[in-house]
Amino acid sequence: MRKVRYGSIIKVPFGPQHPALKEPENFMFEIDGDIVVGVHPRIGYNHRGIEKAFERRTYLQNIYLAERICGICSDAHTTCYTQAIENLLGVEAPPRARYIRVIIAELERIHSHGLWVGIAAHEIGFDTLFMYVWRDREVVMDLFETLSGNRVHYAMNTIGGVRRDIPADTVPKIKHGMDFLEKRLKYYLNVVQNEQTILKRTSGVGILKPKDAVELCAVGPTLRASGVKNDVRVDDPYAAYDEIPFNVVTHDGCDVLSRIIVRCEEMLESINIIRYALDHMPEGMIRVRVPMAVPPGETVSRVEAPRGELIHYAKSNGTTKPERYKVRSPTLGNIPALCKMLMGAHIADIPIVLAGIDPCFACMDRMTFIDDKTNKKWVWTMQQLRRKTRK
Amino acid sequence: MSLLKEALQRLFRKPVTLKYPFEKRPVPEGFRGRPVWDMRKCIGCGLCSNVCPSGAIEMVGKGLQSEIKHYVDRCMFCSQCVESCPRNAIKMTQEYELAGFDRSKMLYEYKREI
Repeated sequence: MRKVRYGSIIKVPFGPQHPALKEPENFMFEIDGDIVVGVHPRIGYNHRGIEKAFERRTYLQNIYLAERICGICSDAHTTCYTQAIENLLGVEAPPRARYIRVIIAELERIHSHGLWVGIAAHEIGFDTLFMYVWRDREVVMDLFETLSGNRVHYAMNTIGGVRRDIPADTVPKIKHGMDFLEKRLKYYLNVVQNEQTILKRTSGVGILKPKDAVELCAVGPTLRASGVKNDVRVDDPYAAYDEIPFNVVTHDGCDVLSRIIVRCEEMLESINIIRYALDHMPEGMIRVRVPMAVPPGETVSRVEAPRGELIHYAKSNGTTKPERYKVRSPTLGNIPALCKMLMGAHIADIPIVLAGIDPCFACMDRMTFIDDKTNKKWVWTMQQLRRKTRK
Repeated sequence: MSLLKEALQRLFRKPVTLKYPFEKRPVPEGFRGRPVWDMRKCIGCGLCSNVCPSGAIEMVGKGLQSEIKHYVDRCMFCSQCVESCPRNAIKMTQEYELAGFDRSKMLYEYKREI
């Protein structure tokens, strides 16, 4: 605990009503004057029992459940889920399906990062940029609607491939959209780097040193904005990422500004990936038929979601339903790093630092115990969980 | 300041947004709207109600005497039923304005002509 300077430390609750993005989560701040000296996150407001629901549905139905863990990274979750189940089944998606997965994943990255840049601008009170970014993001949403039939839940992945092909006549449409977006994103990158409104609010705010970022297991753009080159797409390639050349964007500013720049540059990189994938997409079938029952086994699957490394764990017992399913979403990985960033911040900077990790609390919340009679809440340790499972 | 030019240019153009209930954007081909059943093709195998992840499809009766009840308030338009149907009896339409105040009105029944 730091030495008290202005007398007593005041506790300020932040949330659970929308601390950053429009999702419930509670942070208890210890404030000394105007400076944050202690952070206590309280997660679990959005617990929906998804992992239990996984155990009650068949593998086929779970694709759509996995998709609904998160509205924004819905494709990342299904890619991770189908990869895990394909692994258990011992099948592999055909080459064309793997390319289509890359295209959808990168389109999703553009739409997710675009959404975030808008939110970040809104958090610092710069609503003009928010409106313009979201207007241009509509291009991606329209492409999704054409490609998959829905703007948000694309339902493109299935176990053993993808459900819809990308027909030859939509390829020019995607390329046209990418040309437009590239022009706009370069403009926004220029705005972000030169606009005083943004620079004054974000540079030097929410510092996360590279050493801390690695020690606290930060993931995704938060880690890359601290200058650490780490990306599941390169470290452990899935889908067709091993055949596509691309750069891992890093920035060594370690602050919120570099998190904005990293995300903007990643969007430009995604555009290049999509162009390459469209040009080099092999012909052939898009899915293989798989049996309903999955042989017993367990597996872990990793995907680079727009927010960072996403981990799914699956355990099957030979029936048509999984025995255990576990999701570790990138936001949970970023929470310890977030607490570090918030230490020493001003009260006014809390929202933008919170939003800086691109939190998705709906993805994250899935493990608290609540006794509805006494209204008591607690968290179990690993040993307690083991003891319970042995009983 | 770099956004000022853009903002001024936009000021003299028409808004990007549509005035929704009066102006509607056409949905693209392949849009996943409300599914409809063609009961002349349906063989009553019950696959659609078995695969439905949200339990939105109910089969009443068996085989060729069966009826289909589709609770559109539970449906999440994943189109898995369309994919699983062995006779291509289900089609996704372009209908998407399905919101309402009464859940009991959101039931679509498909009966066979006798």
